[in-house]
Amino acid sequence: MVNNSVKVRDLHVVRGRHTVLEHLDITIGGGVTGLLGPSGCGKSTLMRCLVGVQRIAGGTVTVFGEEAGSRGLRDRVGYVTQAASVYDDLTLAENLRFFARVLGVDRAEVDRVVAAVDLDDHRDQVVGRMSGGQRSRASLAVALLGTPDLLVLDEPTVGLDPVLRKDLWALFHRLADAGTAVFVSSHVMDEADRCDRLLLMREGRIIADGSPAEITEKAGADDVESAFLAIVEGAAI
Amino acid sequence: MTPRITLAVAGRVLIQLRRDHRTLALLLVLPCLLITLLWWMFEDTPVFDQVGPALLAMFPFIVMFLVTSVTTLRERSSGTLERLLAMPMGKLDFLVGYGLAFGVVAAVQSALAVTLSVGLLGLDVRGPVWLLLVVAVLDAVLGTALGLFVSAFAQTEFQAVQFMPALVIPQILLCGLFVPRDRLPDVLGTVSDVLPLSYAVDAMQTLTTSTSTGDVWRDLAVVAAFALGGLALGAATLRRRTP
Repeated sequence: MVNNSVKVRDLHVVRGRHTVLEHLDITIGGGVTGLLGPSGCGKSTLMRCLVGVQRIAGGTVTVFGEEAGSRGLRDRVGYVTQAASVYDDLTLAENLRFFARVLGVDRAEVDRVVAAVDLDDHRDQVVGRMSGGQRSRASLAVALLGTPDLLVLDEPTVGLDPVLRKDLWALFHRLADAGTAVFVSSHVMDEADRCDRLLLMREGRIIADGSPAEITEKAGADDVESAFLAIVEGAAI
Repeated sequence: MTPRITLAVAGRVLIQLRRDHRTLALLLVLPCLLITLLWWMFEDTPVFDQVGPALLAMFPFIVMFLVTSVTTLRERSSGTLERLLAMPMGKLDFLVGYGLAFGVVAAVQSALAVTLSVGLLGLDVRGPVWLLLVVAVLDAVLGTALGLFVSAFAQTEFQAVQFMPALVIPQILLCGLFVPRDRLPDVLGTVSDVLPLSYAVDAMQTLTTSTSTGDVWRDLAVVAAFALGGLALGAATLRRRTP
C-alpha cells in the first residue's frame, strides 16, 4: 500500500468572486478515503485539483511526489467526473477501446473492466441508451483501465440501486486491497461507514478527519450524520 | 503528440459519424443535391461553369466548420474533454485527430461532388481533377480548425451555430462568388485578401479555367497557413486547467 499518495498544502481555489477552497491541508493515503459533505461545499473542486484540471489560486497539490496533473501522473490516476463522461453515441466496448488506446493499455483490459463494473451484458449497447446507473458504471469502467495507482471518484454511487451501491463499495475495497488509493466523494452521509477514512467537508473547509468510528466517538454522536451536525453546531457556538 | 493517440481520436470520431446515419447522409448527399439544384437553375447558361468551382470550395468549409464546432462543444460540455486532458493526451492529438477524421469525410464528400459536377453535370475543368480534391480537403481542414477555435467561445450548441453567419457568410459574400474580387470596392477588396475562403475559391477557379497549376499551389499554401493558424488558436483554447 502506498502511503501518503496525495499531499495538499495550503490549497486555495477561487472561482469568480467566490472562494471555493480555503487554505486546505490534507494528506490521503491508501485504502478507501471518503470525502463527504453537502452539495456545493467544494468536493468536486478538490477532486479536480487532485487530477490537475482545476486552476488554483495558491498552495500545492502533489500526487506520488509529483505536481498534480503532471505528465508522469496522467496514466497513474483514474478520474470519474460527476456527469458520466463517456461518448453517448458509442457502445460501451467502443468507448473502452478508445480510452484504452489513449492510455496505451492492452485491449484485454477492456474485458476486465467491463466485468469489474458488472456490465458484461451491455458491452455492445450504445451508452446513450443505458440507464443512469449503467452510464455511471460505464464511466467508472473507463477510470479502471490500466489499474491506476490513485482513483478519484466524484459521487460514483449517486442515484444507484442499493444493491448496486453495495457492490460498487465492495469493488472499491477490492481495488484498495490490491494497492490502489481510492478517493470517493458523496453527499449521502449513510455511505460514510463504508470508508476506511473520512474527510467531512463544509463550505470549503475540512471539519473532521479520521475513521468513521473516531469521528462519531469524538463528537459524541451515534452516526456520522449526527456527528456532522454536532461539529457544525459546536463550531457555531 | 503521439501517433497512437492521434489515430485513436480520429478513429473514434469516424465511428461516431458512422453511427449517426442522418448526419452522414447530410454530409455526403446534401452538397450533391445543392450543386444539382444550381445546375438546373442555370440550365443552358454559362453560369454553372462560373459558380460551380466556388461551391466545390465552399461546401467542405461550411459543413466541417458547423460539424466541428458542435461536436467539440459537446466534448467540452459532456466532460469527455476534461477526462481526455487528464489522460496522457496532447492537445495536438485531439486537434489533429479531429482534423484527420473530418479530412477523410471531406475527401469522400468532395469526391462525390466533383464526380457529379464533372462527370454528369458537365462542369469544365482544365486543370488536374485530383488537385480539386486536394483543395477541397484542405478547405475542410480549415473549416475544422476554425470550428474548433470558435467552440471555445460558445456555451451552448445554439451559440455555436450562430458563429456560422458571423464568420462564414462574410467570407462567402467576399470570396468572388457574387462580385469578382478585383472589382470589389478597395476596402472590401483588402478584407477579401485576408479571408481564407477567397484563396480556396481562387484555387478552384484557376483549376477550372487554366491548365497551369503554379497559382493553385500558391493559393493552397495560403489556405494551409490559415488552417495551421486556426489549429494553433484552437490549441490555445484547450486548457488542461480551467477555472
